[in-house]
Amino acid sequence: MTIAPSLSRQQPVSSTHPGPLLKVEDLSIEFGPEGTAVRVVEGVSFSIDAGAAVGIVGESGSGKSMTSLAVMGLIPSPPGRIATGRILFEGVDLLGLPRSRMPEIRGRDIAMIFQEPMSSLNPVMTIGDQIGEAIKLHEKMGREERRQRIIELLKLVGIPDPERRLGAYPHQFSGGMRQRVMIAMAVACNPKLLIADEPTTALDVTIQAQVLELMHKIRRTLNTTILLISHDLGVIADICERVIVMYAGKVVEDADVKTIFRSPKHPYTRGLLQSIPRLKDENTRLYQIPGMVPLPGTIKQGCPFFPRCPDRIDKCARETPPLLEITSQQKAACWVSAGATS
Amino acid sequence: MLYRLADAIPTIWLVLTLVFIAMRILPGDPAIAALGDGALPEQLAEFREKMGLNVPIWQQYFNFLIGTLTLDFGKSYMNGAPVLDLIARNLPYTIQLTVAAMILGTVIGIPFGVLAAVKRGKLPDSGMRIFSLVGYAVPDFYLGALFLIGFALNLRWFPINGAGSGFFDILHHLFLPALTLALVKAAFIGRLTRTSVLEVLGKDYVRTARAKGARENRVIYRHALRNALLPLATGMGLSLLATLSGSVAVELVFNRPGIGRLLIQSITERDYGVIQGGVVVFALMVVFVNLMMDLLYVVIDPRIRVK
Repeated sequence: MTIAPSLSRQQPVSSTHPGPLLKVEDLSIEFGPEGTAVRVVEGVSFSIDAGAAVGIVGESGSGKSMTSLAVMGLIPSPPGRIATGRILFEGVDLLGLPRSRMPEIRGRDIAMIFQEPMSSLNPVMTIGDQIGEAIKLHEKMGREERRQRIIELLKLVGIPDPERRLGAYPHQFSGGMRQRVMIAMAVACNPKLLIADEPTTALDVTIQAQVLELMHKIRRTLNTTILLISHDLGVIADICERVIVMYAGKVVEDADVKTIFRSPKHPYTRGLLQSIPRLKDENTRLYQIPGMVPLPGTIKQGCPFFPRCPDRIDKCARETPPLLEITSQQKAACWVSAGATS
Repeated sequence: MLYRLADAIPTIWLVLTLVFIAMRILPGDPAIAALGDGALPEQLAEFREKMGLNVPIWQQYFNFLIGTLTLDFGKSYMNGAPVLDLIARNLPYTIQLTVAAMILGTVIGIPFGVLAAVKRGKLPDSGMRIFSLVGYAVPDFYLGALFLIGFALNLRWFPINGAGSGFFDILHHLFLPALTLALVKAAFIGRLTRTSVLEVLGKDYVRTARAKGARENRVIYRHALRNALLPLATGMGLSLLATLSGSVAVELVFNRPGIGRLLIQSITERDYGVIQGGVVVFALMVVFVNLMMDLLYVVIDPRIRVK
């Protein structure tokens, strides 16, 4: 696949900034009126280097989507609020920027794909107009040049007969095709960071594989840094080299994908891995982590995973474990894995 | 579309029949109403013969239907003018009033509704709520009378009656009655817009638009409003019909010519032909408005467009 020159970025990605592309420090997000607010994300820190692909995995309610929305500056507010932390993008704190600056960054530097391709496209605009709008908002370009760019983008994401299809409306596309359109729209301005929030969850399995293949292709051809949010470790392992595991609004493990599959250090990660169905042991019951994810705000002290943990010790009930470095490649928020015994 | 037109025929027939029956059930004799209490029996008989009132009722009904089909509603019992002429003379005024009220109501209602939705729970929203409550509660004839007394009688900014001639004079005469109807309409449209926009603002594609980097104004007017217009179109159609019937009262209050006033006048005079003709015209307008609304959907919503 050759890519027309207009699609590749003029200057190399992050030429000026030396550190990681995205650095999230101690991010906490609250919902509800001040005073009685509930923290749905607490003290989350991680960083992503330019060109990397990092996944965040967790159950619904673990705070993974909220974390990604916070990076986009799209936390619905009210009732949501960022209580603490910094989000450094190329060294600039996005939370410190005036509100009016965020639209310049959204779609141009950081773009996002959402979970529901069926409802994420505007039903009364043609897909050509919707992709074109993403370009028009950030780049000065003539009408014909823009049209050519839209056609290139549609080709890139594998929509057949793009010249004709750009005049079609979302309802004329299947779910998989709509997700391709969403991806085309997201990469229209060749963003440095692409956040994909459960991009394949709403799609059936064969289409999932195609969309994942497309994500690989985007990464190869556009050299985009990817932050992939999913509840499915398999999907993350397919795309990412590193994975961040979130539980009850906190990061509980952060390691590269191979290490996590080989030796998970947090009992929650182990539970997640055990609950992936495998072909060879078809006669055993699928593993299930006992108990339920605690409701936000219900855990007052100790490890949030304590009530469900098979390896818990007394210390876990008293003190909340921070994200501890186990090896240089792996961090886990677990006292037991870090060597505590009582 | 032809099917839709054919669909309207039973509706119109039903309206015609109901009007015919209602007119015959109402007490009062058109001949006496036209000629006065002192009229001689021979004069009454002659009048009935001339107006086709001496034949059996089923034949009157039949004649009426045939007449309607050929757009011949007969003559006015009162002044002998052909009913069609009377209607043709009055109809433009009613259309002027309705269209003006519709435009004014929409122009006031939609931005207010959007503002209330965007500033939800803040001052504009409360203002909108009070405005729409008043708009719902105050009847149009009362509001019209207030305007008439305030702006026309006391301040003398506007003429008291009539419809005027010449473009600016017509607008001058039109303003107060149109405003009366428009305020009631704006209350309704504003409320509807607010609900509709609020709902749409929570949709995923609005989030997508923000994720692209669209600023709030663009998000609201390009992405949210057009989608919010879909449910709004239904409400607007209903509200246009309400304005048509509202125009009856407002035409009376402002002493404006129009179908509404013509109808009221002919009902008091038992002028069967004019009443029947007027009602048929109203029914046709209702059918026409509904048809237009269907067309509007097709324009707004690509999903309804037939390939």
